[in-house]
Amino acid sequence: MSGATDPRLLRKAPPRPLRLSWADERFRNIVWQVLVVGGVVGIIYWLWSNTTYNLEVRRIATGWDFLWREAGLPIGESLIEYDPSMSYFRALQVGVLNTLKVALIGIVLATILGTLLGIARLSKNWMLNKFAAAYVEIVRDLPLLLQLLFWYALLQGLPGPRQALNPIDGVFLSNRGLKLPFFVWESAHSWALLTAVAGVVATVLYRRWARAAQARDGQARAVWPAALAFIIGAPIAVWAAMGAPFTPDVPALRGFNFRGGIDVSPEFFALLLGLTLYTAGFIAEIVRAGIQAVNQGQWEAAEALGLPRGRVMSLIVLPQAMRVIIPPMTSQFLNITKNSSLAVAIGYQDIVSIANTTLNQTGQAIEGIAIIMLVYLTISLSISLFMNWYNKRIALVER
Amino acid sequence: MSDITAGTTLHSSSAARSAPVNLVGPMAWARANLFANWWSTAITLALGYLFIRFAVSFVDWAFINAIWSVPVSPQGVANTEACREAKGVGACWAVITEKHRFILFGTYPYDEHWRPLLVCFLFVGLYIVSAMRRFWRWELALIWVAVLTAIGVLMWGGVFGLTYVPQERWGGLPITLILATFGLAFAFPLAILVALGRRSSLPAIKALCVLYVELIRGVPLISLLFMASVMFPLFLPEGMNIDKLLRAQIAIILFAGAYLAEVVRAGLQALPKGQYEAADALGLSYWKKTGLIILPQALRLVIPPLVNTFIGFFKDTSLVLIIGIFDLLTAGKTAIIEPSWQGFGVEVYIALGLIYFIFCYAMSKYSAGLETELNKGRRR
Repeated sequence: MSGATDPRLLRKAPPRPLRLSWADERFRNIVWQVLVVGGVVGIIYWLWSNTTYNLEVRRIATGWDFLWREAGLPIGESLIEYDPSMSYFRALQVGVLNTLKVALIGIVLATILGTLLGIARLSKNWMLNKFAAAYVEIVRDLPLLLQLLFWYALLQGLPGPRQALNPIDGVFLSNRGLKLPFFVWESAHSWALLTAVAGVVATVLYRRWARAAQARDGQARAVWPAALAFIIGAPIAVWAAMGAPFTPDVPALRGFNFRGGIDVSPEFFALLLGLTLYTAGFIAEIVRAGIQAVNQGQWEAAEALGLPRGRVMSLIVLPQAMRVIIPPMTSQFLNITKNSSLAVAIGYQDIVSIANTTLNQTGQAIEGIAIIMLVYLTISLSISLFMNWYNKRIALVER
Repeated sequence: MSDITAGTTLHSSSAARSAPVNLVGPMAWARANLFANWWSTAITLALGYLFIRFAVSFVDWAFINAIWSVPVSPQGVANTEACREAKGVGACWAVITEKHRFILFGTYPYDEHWRPLLVCFLFVGLYIVSAMRRFWRWELALIWVAVLTAIGVLMWGGVFGLTYVPQERWGGLPITLILATFGLAFAFPLAILVALGRRSSLPAIKALCVLYVELIRGVPLISLLFMASVMFPLFLPEGMNIDKLLRAQIAIILFAGAYLAEVVRAGLQALPKGQYEAADALGLSYWKKTGLIILPQALRLVIPPLVNTFIGFFKDTSLVLIIGIFDLLTAGKTAIIEPSWQGFGVEVYIALGLIYFIFCYAMSKYSAGLETELNKGRRR
């Protein structure tokens, strides 16, 4: 009776013999594919043979040997040890790290600012709502490169170190960049940092255990006291046990420039500022759309259950909004990473800038551009793999 | 007895009730939207204070203390002493007064500036016509071809008694509009083909399209522009040479094609399967099915995201600055290289920002209006 057992549905159509005729659809499909692929391969072959010929005529070396030659290019800021006598390979590593640095910090800051702005867009307060709306509209309608140049011009127009702006004690803003106070880093601090990382892991494990225990006995266990103890308490205890070293390192004017503290170069500062402010405008719209996409009935049903407002947000609305937010957020994170390549316009030495100098010095254009593309493809692919994994974890499980 | 007490208490309580709170009028609006509770009141006061402070200092800087013109020596060197003294206190709009022709039209011959100006108006007219729904017919393609040809004639000249202007001397706003418009005109058909290819059942074609889209979307536009400026010359046989603007244009077309293809693909996927099956049942060929049934509906579904992609793409044309093509942003940046005008970048960038903002804001408002209009028909 049921369709599944109907023998007529189980049987497949008998395979027809392939006829070499234009009337046969499968034959047509094969011909089309062969023509298109052949055309593309032909074009690529033509370009490739032109290129090899041109390289030979112009006596341009090929290959990757240049990577191990002395770079001789000075780099202003670097996360790893570098001086111009090191190889091009090392210089490119510095560039990749600089790109990752600005992209990661930008992603974190833009997410925080964008989420706040997105929530502000939904505020009942007219002034806050309109402020966020105006911000989003202005920032999204101006080219990022223009914004970067604007911030850079603004920073360069600041007074010199001697007349530096001093908004808070120890913080100096001048045309040499931003100076922040810090403290002398000692081994105790490294250990405390390690303990904090271990604390995060412990918190995740504790949360998992608490969830499982709640499923067994129905008792809700608060995670935040454990989180506080593991992530904040334990590192402080470790730091105190190692003698609680703390030597403040406040920037101070010595001669023509500042000494001490953390030094944020004007290039990095302008790039970070531009990227963060620009992307936050887009993230704000994504967050707003995500929260609005959650059905009003969900709010009402949760309130009818007697949940307090904060728990409604964290348990009912946010998990559902996240499903709408995550995919477009992924592409914004990718955009920040790709847009950080605009650094080359204001002189921050990221991978594009360093690879570009490399290809100008060595004349090996193909290798230089291949490096840029490979680096970005790798970063893009890792971010989208991670976000796809996260998206799958929180996706709605349907029957 | 109890009846009477109940009666009296009721009576006395009704007498003590105060007048109801106003529910209409500006005071009520302010109470509901600005001072709903102490938290909202604090935000309103803080934002209001910051806004007024910022507005006052901005008006001081941009209007009251601003310098609108400076004396220029007969040799054409501006005397910017007054501006330098007012730095930080007042804006130096004199840089715009002096340099606006250069920023808008670059190094185009001064006496022929009416031509790029006319070109800009033609572009704007083309956008307005394309935005009107009553012109959404195939004849629109003819209008595009006609207007783009007219623009080519005006810019190059050499015919109809117009003097010839080589492409190296073009610059400013026309370049930005050319890159955006021509990029769009070629990228859009490419995007439709790639989107169809990505949804195709033919494995080899599908693989090619996926590879193209993912490769382009994985790298920044800058790397493509670098490729266009340093690698394209190596790709071509000896003697064949294409100029820099065209190379950048090709890179932009390839870039935009991949992004637009994804938008078009979303439209193809959103179309109910029944439409495909109905077209197949009618016995239409693939191209008839696509051209008559699928594309008209699918494209209509994605018009708002398409316009948003156009906005992004219009902004992205500014990246050609990095490979030294003379668009609006490059012209602005070059204008302040001259020693006497150095240091007035903020003023120039604000002026450029206004131009970009006008174009993008118009497009974004149009897209929002279109979205509500198109949704009106679908909502029952």
